[in-house]
Amino acid sequence: MRKTTPGQDFSRGIWRENPVLIHMLGLCPALAVTNTVENSLAMGLATFFVLCGSSLLVSLCRGFIPNEVRISTFILIIATFVTIADMSLEAIVPTVHKALGAFIALIVVNCMILGRQEAFASKRPVGRAMLDAVGTGFGFIVALFLMGAVREVLGSGTFLGYSLFGPSYEPWVVMILPPGGFLTLGFLLMAISYVQRRRAQRREDETEGEVVARERAA
Amino acid sequence: MTDAPPPPPAPPETPAWRLVSTLAVAGTLAGLLLVFVYQATAQPIAAHKAKMLRLAIQEVLGGPERYDTLYLVDGKFTGLPEGAKERDFERVFLGYGEDGRPVGFAIEADGPGFQDTLKLIFGYDAATKRILGMKVLESKETPGLGDKIEKDREWIDQFRRAVAPLVPRKPGSTKGGESGVDTITGSTISTKAVIKIINAALEDLGPAVEAYPAGEAKR
Repeated sequence: MRKTTPGQDFSRGIWRENPVLIHMLGLCPALAVTNTVENSLAMGLATFFVLCGSSLLVSLCRGFIPNEVRISTFILIIATFVTIADMSLEAIVPTVHKALGAFIALIVVNCMILGRQEAFASKRPVGRAMLDAVGTGFGFIVALFLMGAVREVLGSGTFLGYSLFGPSYEPWVVMILPPGGFLTLGFLLMAISYVQRRRAQRREDETEGEVVARERAA
Repeated sequence: MTDAPPPPPAPPETPAWRLVSTLAVAGTLAGLLLVFVYQATAQPIAAHKAKMLRLAIQEVLGGPERYDTLYLVDGKFTGLPEGAKERDFERVFLGYGEDGRPVGFAIEADGPGFQDTLKLIFGYDAATKRILGMKVLESKETPGLGDKIEKDREWIDQFRRAVAPLVPRKPGSTKGGESGVDTITGSTISTKAVIKIINAALEDLGPAVEAYPAGEAKR
């Protein structure tokens, strides 16, 4: 087991190991329901709730769950939280629930959630498991928000329903259709890989620079 | 997540009763929890659905004073037979005006759209065979194109006073006279689907609706 600090447990999921943008997990909701910012946030929050709830319970029960039935038990716990989220959303925000449709129920099969239970929560104390769940869930929300913001602004000319460019703006309808999801994800991944490469390059340059400086000093 | 741990030494086998009891306990607890959540949320969910339906009926019948729900039993519309379950029968809603006279029926219908099943409700005056209004309840039509069937007010207003059975026509054409409904360029399939669904529903339920006594008593 890799040793990590609590801070790392929390921050890892947000950027360095972002579930959607780096690990490419949970792409199905990230592509399917991010046509508006509102839907993206609702989906992100629902997944966040399920992830935190499941991690808490899995970590609490980790001593009682026999190894042979752990996956079934994790799925059962996840499914319970998903059903709670499904019913609550329908009762509290019926319009959002209608827009998300089957994708709320499909949170059950989001491999990001099962992955965190199997790889982390089932092996760590509650505090660490929660930090990890909150970080990963937040990373998921951030990724979905980015997708939703780009797609809604370009595809509808609005942000959270508020018109940005006035009536003369001709929306790029393709951005709120399924191809727009793939395009947006592609460009986001491209931007991230560019940033990562730039950073790696800079680090390399710095170390090279140090070596040269040391040689000169010598 | 990425670094796989080395395979652990084979753990001692867990007895079967422990596996079964773990799953049984987890399942029971999950079930109990869901019962509580269901009970807490069932009422607001049902209330919201009823409210949406009420608003839709109000819209397609032009704001009736009140309405009755009628169920199709043996080819005739009546009240709900005693002891029967509501969802076993097709239903329509009969709206009444301020003077207590029936203004028309609100009929729910569905059928294939461009992407997925379209659900809609429309008002129908059996005596004059006129459509009173139409509202799409559920659709997944293409945003910006097919979803005009929900958002294009001008298009939706065409259904008001159109005579059934409806005839789809190109904008500008006068085909079908009072029965003609213009299609929308770019949403031809969706707009035709709406017309088809209404015609099919009337073919199906029209005779029973027209035979309903209140419909005759009115005039």
